[in-house]
Amino acid sequence: MSASEAPGKVLVVEDEAEIRRFIRLSLQAESLDVSEAEGVQRGLIEAGTRRPDLVVLDLGLPDGDGIDFIRGLRTWSEIPIIVLSARTMEADKIAALDAGADDYLVKPFGTGELLARVRAQLRRHPRASADAASVLEFGDVRIDLVHRTVERAGAALHLTPIEYRLLTHLASHPNRVLTHPQLLRAVWGPSHSEDTHYVRIYMGHLRAKLEADPSQPQHLITELGVGYRFVP
Amino acid sequence: MNEPARRPDTVASMTDHRPDSDDLLAGDDPARPRDWWLYAKSVAVCGAVILVTAPLLHVLEPSNIVMLLLLAVVFSALRYGRGPAVLAAFVSVAAFDFFDVAPRFTFAVSDVQYLVTFVVMLIVALVIGQLTAGLTYQARVATRREDRVRALYELSRDLAAALMPEQIVEIGTRMLQAEFEARAVFMLLDDDDRLVVPAAAGVDAGLANWALAHAEAAGQGTGTQPASAMLHVPLKAPVRVRGVVALALRNPQRLKVPEQRRLLDTFASLLAIALERIHYVDVAQKTTVQMESERLRNALLGAISHDLRTPLAALAGMADSLQLTAPPLAPAHAEIAQALREAAVRMNALVNNLLDMARLESGRIALNLQWQPLEEVVGSALRSLGALFAGRHPIKVALPPDLPLLRFDAVLIERVLANLLENAAKYTHAGSAISVGAAATRDSVEVWVADEGPGLPPGREALIFEKFERGRKESATPGVGLGLAICRAIVVAHGGGIRGETLPEGGARFVFTLPRAEPPRIDEPVDDTDNAGMEAIE
Repeated sequence: MSASEAPGKVLVVEDEAEIRRFIRLSLQAESLDVSEAEGVQRGLIEAGTRRPDLVVLDLGLPDGDGIDFIRGLRTWSEIPIIVLSARTMEADKIAALDAGADDYLVKPFGTGELLARVRAQLRRHPRASADAASVLEFGDVRIDLVHRTVERAGAALHLTPIEYRLLTHLASHPNRVLTHPQLLRAVWGPSHSEDTHYVRIYMGHLRAKLEADPSQPQHLITELGVGYRFVP
Repeated sequence: MNEPARRPDTVASMTDHRPDSDDLLAGDDPARPRDWWLYAKSVAVCGAVILVTAPLLHVLEPSNIVMLLLLAVVFSALRYGRGPAVLAAFVSVAAFDFFDVAPRFTFAVSDVQYLVTFVVMLIVALVIGQLTAGLTYQARVATRREDRVRALYELSRDLAAALMPEQIVEIGTRMLQAEFEARAVFMLLDDDDRLVVPAAAGVDAGLANWALAHAEAAGQGTGTQPASAMLHVPLKAPVRVRGVVALALRNPQRLKVPEQRRLLDTFASLLAIALERIHYVDVAQKTTVQMESERLRNALLGAISHDLRTPLAALAGMADSLQLTAPPLAPAHAEIAQALREAAVRMNALVNNLLDMARLESGRIALNLQWQPLEEVVGSALRSLGALFAGRHPIKVALPPDLPLLRFDAVLIERVLANLLENAAKYTHAGSAISVGAAATRDSVEVWVADEGPGLPPGREALIFEKFERGRKESATPGVGLGLAICRAIVVAHGGGIRGETLPEGGARFVFTLPRAEPPRIDEPVDDTDNAGMEAIE
């Protein structure tokens, strides 16, 4: 489960030396190969030359916006990006996620949290290419993508078309934060991208059907003010 | 024919003029006895001509005497107006007959041809008199109108330069004195939109407020308390009434003339517009200052929050990574590292609270209001505090399934819940349950967090929501007493309320309300293809 089975290269783009150091220490303890950059330009050069498997990116950088980095990187690479941001900057998080970031961490975060997210992204990514799995399973839920059926604890579950689409879209992006607008576009189509309450309501329905305790969900996690994360 | 005072109307209709001319009346009215004097003078002019020509009767042809008498009529018309001119016309014909036509000193005429002279003379005298008087009158009207325009021009010019309400009051007082011979008392609105009524003689606060409320003049000469000593005119600006001016007129009759009344109204609206302009200049200035200080405060908060949080984040992270070093730390050291981390995290929470409070206090917090189910924030709050509760406090969540959607800022309401839950954990013993619940009432939804702890200190239930207030002063429990103050600020910003109570069965309960409204409609898109497939297989 640890880095031994998938050792990886991680690029940390962060201007604060102390935070960079502690991230490096934490990641190196997991025997990950860590390289560092202080700004957007340096970061993009590092990413181009060292070809990391994952980027940890601070949003506030001295020579530009972290979002510029994401856009720059996304022009040629699909590697996972974990964004670091301050607590109250929901809009920044959404912008970063919409630009192509995969996950975010709110400062201050512990090493445990950081490592869990890094592992999840590194694990998820190699599989993204082999996306042909026809059955998705989590907890006691089983989704058959070919026959379009959903079972919970072996019993068939009735989902409306919207619920089914929302669930499969979330389930096919595990451990990734999907913003409200992203989900609206994927499930309802482009014309509904403002009606974020749609997602919230249908998410409530899904939780009621799939979660043991809908108010304390284990799989369909709310990222408040940002979107949702599916945890298998 | 002696009908002294009603001249203007006749002239007006004769010269095809608007009743504009009425205002001449105003000047003449108080001088009514002088009218007779004018008539007497015009008669005297005719008499003088007769007297002067009497010794020259043998030299002058009667026709020349007629000419001189006509001249006297024209003079009367020019100087004394239309009525005296008419009188002069008759008097001169009669006098000519009496004094100059044989047989003299009788009205009898020996030569019948003189009858033609009399008739023509009378007609010519009347016509010339009328025309001359009319022209003079028109000239006077024109002068008056010019005066009025000049007065208005001066008023607006002076007002344009005014920068303070006091200047406008000064200008208004001066101009009203000059134009209407009126003592003016200005009453303007204060910051609370109340009329400031000075203790000046004759000013009636009730009438002034009535005039303000109805945007209509009241007091002397109006339909409302006409017997009052002063006329109260509202200062009506395009947006609203800006004040009231009370006028003590030296000659209240003046305003009976529509033209004067209109002039006064124009004065009042010019003054009102000037007051409004200054008001909005003031508002714009204040807004600019406020925006500037807002910007400064935000920049400051941003800088503080960044500069404080970054080292705290590094501190917490490094304390954490101490435990990852190889070889592993001795248990005592690991404990210190753990304590370091906890202290840093607590410090961070404190900084967050202070910054949140500062932001909320600044008044203009922008709520990100979205329609959403309560369940999500409850879940999110519980999740964010997971570590705090794990194994210490069983959590009971009781949310009715039919709770309506609510419109709130999820991040802020989560903060309220998290603060309340954190409080509950802080003040109760490990193992006691904490419950979260909600219930819909007719126009709001009540959300509560209850614990099984000692309850609230009696008598301090309301006080604990104040800043830097803590339930128990000398308590070992960490915190500075901002949590509940933040909760209240957030809930109040949402239009709700918050209260704390001690339950009869023991334990504290914090209840906050969020207002209900009509949630938006949900359109289920009509494509049943997926559904059909699924149903078939099930």
